[in-house]
Amino acid sequence: MELDFSTLVPYAGELVQGFVTTVVLTAISTLAGLGLASLVAYVRSGKASLLGRMLGGYVEVTRNTPFIVQLFFLFFGLSALGFKISALFAAFLAMTLNLGAYSAEILRAGIEATDRGQLEAARALGMSRLQSYRHVVLIPAFARIYPALTSQCIIVMLGSAVVSQISVFDLTYAANFIQSRNFRGFEVYLVVTLIYLLLAVGMRQAFGFVGRRAFAFRQGGNA
Amino acid sequence: MALVSVNDLHKSFGDLEVLKGIDLDVEAGEVVAIIGRSGSGKSTFLRCLNQLERHDKGTIRIADQYLDGKAMSPGELSKNVGMVFQSFNLFPHKTVGENVMLAPVIVRQEDKAKTERVAREVLDKVGLLEKFDAYPAQLSGGQQQRVAIARALAMNPKVLLCDEVTSALDPELVGEVLRVLEALAREGMTLILVTHEMKFAQDVSNRVVFMHQGRIHEQGDPQTLFKDPKTAELRQFIASVL
Amino acid sequence: MIEFTLWDIVRNLLLAARWTIVLSLIAFAGGATLGMLLTLLRLSSLKPLRLLASVYVDLFQGTPLLMQLFLAFFGAAALGFDVSAWTAASVALTLFTSAFLCDIWRGCVEAVPSGQWQASRVLGMNYMQSMRHIILPQALRLSVPPTVGFSVQVIKGTALASVIGFVELTKAGTMLNNAAFAPFTIFALVALVYFALCYPLSCYARHLERKLYGSGIR
Repeated sequence: MELDFSTLVPYAGELVQGFVTTVVLTAISTLAGLGLASLVAYVRSGKASLLGRMLGGYVEVTRNTPFIVQLFFLFFGLSALGFKISALFAAFLAMTLNLGAYSAEILRAGIEATDRGQLEAARALGMSRLQSYRHVVLIPAFARIYPALTSQCIIVMLGSAVVSQISVFDLTYAANFIQSRNFRGFEVYLVVTLIYLLLAVGMRQAFGFVGRRAFAFRQGGNA
Repeated sequence: MALVSVNDLHKSFGDLEVLKGIDLDVEAGEVVAIIGRSGSGKSTFLRCLNQLERHDKGTIRIADQYLDGKAMSPGELSKNVGMVFQSFNLFPHKTVGENVMLAPVIVRQEDKAKTERVAREVLDKVGLLEKFDAYPAQLSGGQQQRVAIARALAMNPKVLLCDEVTSALDPELVGEVLRVLEALAREGMTLILVTHEMKFAQDVSNRVVFMHQGRIHEQGDPQTLFKDPKTAELRQFIASVL
Repeated sequence: MIEFTLWDIVRNLLLAARWTIVLSLIAFAGGATLGMLLTLLRLSSLKPLRLLASVYVDLFQGTPLLMQLFLAFFGAAALGFDVSAWTAASVALTLFTSAFLCDIWRGCVEAVPSGQWQASRVLGMNYMQSMRHIILPQALRLSVPPTVGFSVQVIKGTALASVIGFVELTKAGTMLNNAAFAPFTIFALVALVYFALCYPLSCYARHLERKLYGSGIR
């Protein structure tokens, strides 16, 4: 077997485009997904309600079906019903919903670990449930589950390779595109896999960097 | 000749020197209580005696065995020294009987029937023979610790190390464990205990060793040591714990 | 266009689901076997072996499963083998599964309290004896819930085999959709079949976890 990476050089532009799409898509759906998770976890950590049950259903369905099927359902299924959405938006939506469901569960564990005394102190200070959730519960809960959350966000980034299947021009799409032109599939996928690996490592570093600053209050205590 | 003989023992963790030269001889049948503040090095010292921590410098001799801080097989190390931990460390997936019998069978390849006889004997000694088939989770903390003592005794050690064996127990369970140790002491078992139970140290031990900042600061028989401490540090320590 | 009744669709999906199940079983069985070996390497006293296993795990956890499938498919071709989608999917999913199971199982071994090691040591047991009689039995018990839980990820992972042309549930869904064009119904049904496969396993894993943590024996 001879590996020849030189045939990739003319396609550097496509690789860059794919890379940027993957990064941007990951970044915005991470933010949206974590926001969604905070809301879902808030509702689900309160008293049992119809909304809470529905959100529980959303979490279970998302966690027990493949991401690619969720993507196809949103993109093909919704457009057939008349909700025309672009492939890029479908990808964003699917990634957000996926991350939202997983992180809501992770976050719930973090919320359940909140010291009762904290809540009682907040109540004694006159905070409402939403206020104490926002100011007292949420940030320490995030800090507690931050490592698990980091891993989940990386999983979503890696899983986003699938959005190439609805023709979103991401990194994997670029790889497929180049492969169809230069017929050096193995080399192309090897390089792109390496880029994903670097992205995963980079994300872990970035999350670590942000976490050390955002949760500086934990330093000195045990993690 | 002393059963245990320690010379110029040093141990550091990174830059922190925890033991700064310990010399101690313990005769067969002696009960030595080691007291001192947390961080004084007393637990580290005890753990060096069976090489759970390997020391950096100095020598330890236990019976005919020399420990120089180099690697030794656990089988060799367990020949003379038994140990009981603060947190019991019973094997949760094994019954009381299995906990006691496991090591003699797999480490010493002893006969199963004989081992079971020994196991029943030592469990009887700690008053828990009827718990032979129970699992550790079904026992109280005090009972678990008594099983841990029986487990160590089944290996027929020449010296038994006890690392704060009552510290994890509810106050009402401390007595039953101390009574077992007291009975062992009366039978002539050599005991080296790190303890916070000053009353026990005073009543049962032949000698109390006060450790301070990685050294043996003062030692002597319990009556004189507690009544008439010579150093200011020991005086302060006694005042803070009594 | 051929007319498809709902029953036609369901029947075809269920038939295809067989291959999802078979592929999942292959990946899980192969992954568990390889994962066991990797876990032993990961826990070995030799540093190069430990390093090897941890690099392996990092590689498979740090790259997309889709890329692993592509590489198995095109890599074999580049090596001169003409592999079927079957083979490529089985190999890729097995490797993927083994890496995750290795990581889960190593975590379980490390979750056994260090006091257990110390107690074994002072009773004279060597590394192998402690591992065999004391640590592994406890780790095994800890490992059951997350292992069952991970089987859900394996089943979902097989959906990606559709991309390299392996006809399982998801591929059957897209093929049916090309013929019948009823994406909403078809992909909802596909999701439903996956849910029917995965949800019981998720519940079982959760149940096992509760039982384990409720028992007091950890």
